[in-house]
Amino acid sequence: MKKTLFDKVWEKHVVVSETETHPATIFIDLHLIHEVTSPQAFTLLEDRGLSVRRPDLTLATIDHSTPTLLNKDGSRPYVSDEARIQVDTLLSNTKKFDIETHGWDSKYRGIVHVMGPELGATHPGATIVCGDSHTSTHGAFGAIAFGIGTTQVGHVLANQCILMRKPKTMAINVNGELNQGVTPKDVILHIISLIGIGGGTGYAIEYRGNVFENMSMDGRMTVCNMSIEAGARCGMIAPDEVTFEFLKGRKYTPENYEDSCAEWLSLSTDEGALFDKEINIKAEIIKPMVTYGTHPGMGIPIDSTVPQSSNPAEQASLNYMQINEGDKILGMKVDKVFIGSCTNSRMDELRAAASILNKKKIAPHLKALVVPGSAQVKASAEKEGLDKIFKDAGADWREPGCSMCLGMNGDIGLPGELIVSTSNRNFMGRQGPGVRTILVSPETAASTAIAGVVEDPRNLKKIK
Amino acid sequence: MTIEPLKLVSSKTLVLPSANIDTDQIMPAKFLSMTTKNGLGEHVFSNLRYTDTGTLTNHELNSESGKACKILVAGDNFGCGSSREHAPWGLTDYGFRVVISSSIADIFKSNSLKNGLLPVTINTEVHEWLMEHSGVHVTVNLEACLLELPNGMGSHSFPIDSFSRYCLLEGLDEMGYLLEQNNQISEYENR
Repeated sequence: MKKTLFDKVWEKHVVVSETETHPATIFIDLHLIHEVTSPQAFTLLEDRGLSVRRPDLTLATIDHSTPTLLNKDGSRPYVSDEARIQVDTLLSNTKKFDIETHGWDSKYRGIVHVMGPELGATHPGATIVCGDSHTSTHGAFGAIAFGIGTTQVGHVLANQCILMRKPKTMAINVNGELNQGVTPKDVILHIISLIGIGGGTGYAIEYRGNVFENMSMDGRMTVCNMSIEAGARCGMIAPDEVTFEFLKGRKYTPENYEDSCAEWLSLSTDEGALFDKEINIKAEIIKPMVTYGTHPGMGIPIDSTVPQSSNPAEQASLNYMQINEGDKILGMKVDKVFIGSCTNSRMDELRAAASILNKKKIAPHLKALVVPGSAQVKASAEKEGLDKIFKDAGADWREPGCSMCLGMNGDIGLPGELIVSTSNRNFMGRQGPGVRTILVSPETAASTAIAGVVEDPRNLKKIK
Repeated sequence: MTIEPLKLVSSKTLVLPSANIDTDQIMPAKFLSMTTKNGLGEHVFSNLRYTDTGTLTNHELNSESGKACKILVAGDNFGCGSSREHAPWGLTDYGFRVVISSSIADIFKSNSLKNGLLPVTINTEVHEWLMEHSGVHVTVNLEACLLELPNGMGSHSFPIDSFSRYCLLEGLDEMGYLLEQNNQISEYENR
């Protein structure tokens, strides 16, 4: 029986097989936790007198509610007492149960999906869960990684397992040569606009083809990260030399690295294995993308016009965005630019944005926020002088965290503002009540920051 | 640990016709800072229910008849986006026991089933009828997996995972079942 990457990893983790009456019990190799979705899970443990079964397979950080600024006296300006209490609760829970935690004093602290791979804790062929829908990011390494709710966080804390039925599999094959200026973010925005925001519901996606093979790990993480924006809990890419090179010499890279690489290679989908659904895309048709509505599936090439709404929900979305059919997104005046989030806050992306902002100034009316994904990214960027480029251009260079992606920490826009963002969701009010969001690549965000209006990075490069 | 069993829910429906209602709409991020589950019903769909200054809107969700509805009918792809369980916590705290749509997002569905909120996925035809007939009295029979409609619209079966159905009918959570597998988990760990 020929098997897919997903099949192989799934089968290795079955503790109790699925039957007609019961879901499978799946062992979890890595449980990532953060302050927002874990407190009620720890309460659940305490209510039942349970303990954490495998603290050695659990890693914690603080990222969502954390301020990205420091007060002059070094204290942290939390958005509310609740936010501070939430962070303190995580720290005390993980201390109590002896869980490795990357808190304020850790050089690894960061957005949970940036930190895990950086630590080398994200292994090919592993099962990884976290109370966060963007856990799909870790699938870039050939892991089955998906978001869970807080009740399941409790299940994993207590049992290191979850109950789940095997999802269907979908192959998304992108082959050919990407056009100049097309980034991994554009590739995934194109895919989501094609299959729709619910197109992946019920499926685990495997991204296949030379376009993904040629991507860096940072790019692959961007792609897998947004699988959930097409409804798929899990998105994967087969591990290869690029994966192994990334993992070499990290804190939690397996000691028997060479043997592990050989085993990881064997996880690739067998030639001729069948997927429940298969989608083929020619790389050449993908252009730099922008979203124009209030979900990530409402995306178009940056140089095209807004299509006619096909249903009342899309029309409501256009009304919210104050955008009409036939409008161009290119050239719209922008109030804020956000470069960051678990989708686009790693070195590849910061370098790309900095190369565009180098020796330039952001438009005077506009505010730009650059938030590195982790303390490691921040340190690397500062070592390369990227922070200086951003600051010289007039952008804010902040402490790592989720920041304006969901605005939980108070980094939000004002009602009515238009924000061009490298994050993953343009939902109504996500970046603040009444805020309108356009999702783009870091290159487009940087170009927009300079132009003050939505700008095609290919134009800016021509001017230079 | 038990939750309130769910066997038969009979109530008027409340319709939110928009497609793709994401969990940010159901429970905005500013309400995720709490460390308990209490009182989230007050904040559910807060963008629909409160003005910018915090006063109540005249949305149906704020009416007495709305608050008596146990069955929410929503547009396609309900519950997409973030994995926040605060969304089903808010919906159940408000009083809903059933959500009906033509499709429901995976993580939200999983979270709902663990909190005594039954996600019912039905065909487009029935869904459209329900969307057009807000406030009709319908019955959801979980034992028979049937959605019973008034006005001669008949009964329609809906799919549900058998284990989740059993847990809902009995008011059991899944933790107990997992804890019973301790030996098998230990065996796996020692492989």
